[in-house]
Amino acid sequence: MSRAIHGTLFFLGLLAVWQLAVMSGRWSPVLLPGPYSVGEYLWGAATDGTLSEACIVTMRRLLIGYGIGLLLGLPLGMLTSTSQFFQDTLGSLALGMQTLPSVCWIPLALLWFGQTETAMLFVVVMGTLWSVLIATDTGARSISPIYARAARTMGSEGLHQWTRVIIPASLPYLISGMKQGWAFAWRSLMAAEIYVTILTGFGLGHLLHYGRELSAMDQVIGIMLVIVVIGLAADKLLFSPWERFLHRRWGTGLLQG
Amino acid sequence: MIDHSKLQATASAKLVVDGVSKWFRTARDTVHALDNVSLDIAEGEFVCLVGPSGCGKSTLLDIIAGLTKPDQGRVLADDQIVAGPGRHRLVMFQESALFPWLTVLGNVLFGLKLKQELSKQDRLQIAHDHLKLVGLEKFAHANVHELSGGMKQRVALARSLAPDPRVLLMDEPMAALDALTREQLYGDIQRIWETRRKTIVLVTHNVREACCLGDRVILMSPHPGRVREQFRIDLPRPRDINSIELASHARAVTSALKGYLVSGAEE
Repeated sequence: MSRAIHGTLFFLGLLAVWQLAVMSGRWSPVLLPGPYSVGEYLWGAATDGTLSEACIVTMRRLLIGYGIGLLLGLPLGMLTSTSQFFQDTLGSLALGMQTLPSVCWIPLALLWFGQTETAMLFVVVMGTLWSVLIATDTGARSISPIYARAARTMGSEGLHQWTRVIIPASLPYLISGMKQGWAFAWRSLMAAEIYVTILTGFGLGHLLHYGRELSAMDQVIGIMLVIVVIGLAADKLLFSPWERFLHRRWGTGLLQG
Repeated sequence: MIDHSKLQATASAKLVVDGVSKWFRTARDTVHALDNVSLDIAEGEFVCLVGPSGCGKSTLLDIIAGLTKPDQGRVLADDQIVAGPGRHRLVMFQESALFPWLTVLGNVLFGLKLKQELSKQDRLQIAHDHLKLVGLEKFAHANVHELSGGMKQRVALARSLAPDPRVLLMDEPMAALDALTREQLYGDIQRIWETRRKTIVLVTHNVREACCLGDRVILMSPHPGRVREQFRIDLPRPRDINSIELASHARAVTSALKGYLVSGAEE
């Protein structure tokens, strides 16, 4: 309970500092709107449906792109971890591609696909795929060979060994890889939405972009807050249950209680 | 001390190691791990392989398990050539090979789930029975990391016994445990072996442990790995590791072991 109180007090404190900074009058309200006017914008956008529509458009792109990235990255990572040939070829490519910030894919995506949904998805997939691939590869390589040996003597082989031994054994690495992939997907999608203007859907990135065009600082800050909240919520809803399971089973992270 | 007439197995041999040789090739040279090793192990016999490190005893166990292929020779289990690992020959490893993603019960059930002929009810019953056998029935739903080293090896023992293998292969299962826990496990293993009568092959570098557990102690020497001498231990069970009779057996094995180490150094 006291943790909830600490958290609440901390964020109320941040709001108070923000309000005080606005009230000091040192900065123009155009550049630094107060919490109240940002709240007013968010309320308006929420009630007229702009916000929910943008959230749905953004989340749909994110989930599709992230899903494709996972579906490609997990098996390819397994492949590079088991075969020297694929490690030397695909593995090296993945390492190189991972160092490329996903924003750098946008010019290429625009020229190839134009101002379309495909361009958007392409950037998200490129942002997700390589980090998921590398995390999976690392995970499958890091498991102690004794697990596979023990499983083999008990009669486990082939697909059974993959699904019941190798994948569960590398779960800690897979989860952190999926989490990292999620973070990359989220960043690349925001970059794509700010740069790629398309008519098929108006996402959060677009709202941010037009906030700047219209010098509507309350919109810019409001949308940034929404993006932060979505990121936090995804972490809590998608990954926290898995991480708690891992900590309980593997006995890791005991310092956090 | 060596009684060759008694070393001939009378019961039908369950395991036959027939002229097995093995070389390991590394980038720099080739290590001759096993040289023409032959053994007959009777049904229900408890055999201990003893020797200094590098004598190939763990390699031999891996070959019997089917995890490693011999370069020459063959292993027969119940007159069938061993071509790969199989659940009739389960291995208990030195370090805990328990799966951390499963509970204690889940670990014991792992091998049982690979036996199609069992119903779900049977599997649960067998798993619980085996946890009871090793005295851990209260820990069925515990996570592996919550157990002590000795408890982990007890679970590993239950996991190896539950699918009812014909042969149990143990690769230094007590090496990482403290002396007191080890002594408790010696008692447990003897008690379980008395009731379940598995053929057991145990690899160890601890001569006393071998004399305490084995019907027969097989002494191996390194470079290349060979069977040098066999000792039959005819002591009543359950045996106490600290008894004087056991110590005299152990002394005989140890002095033979030292003899090979000295002569090995002169070669």
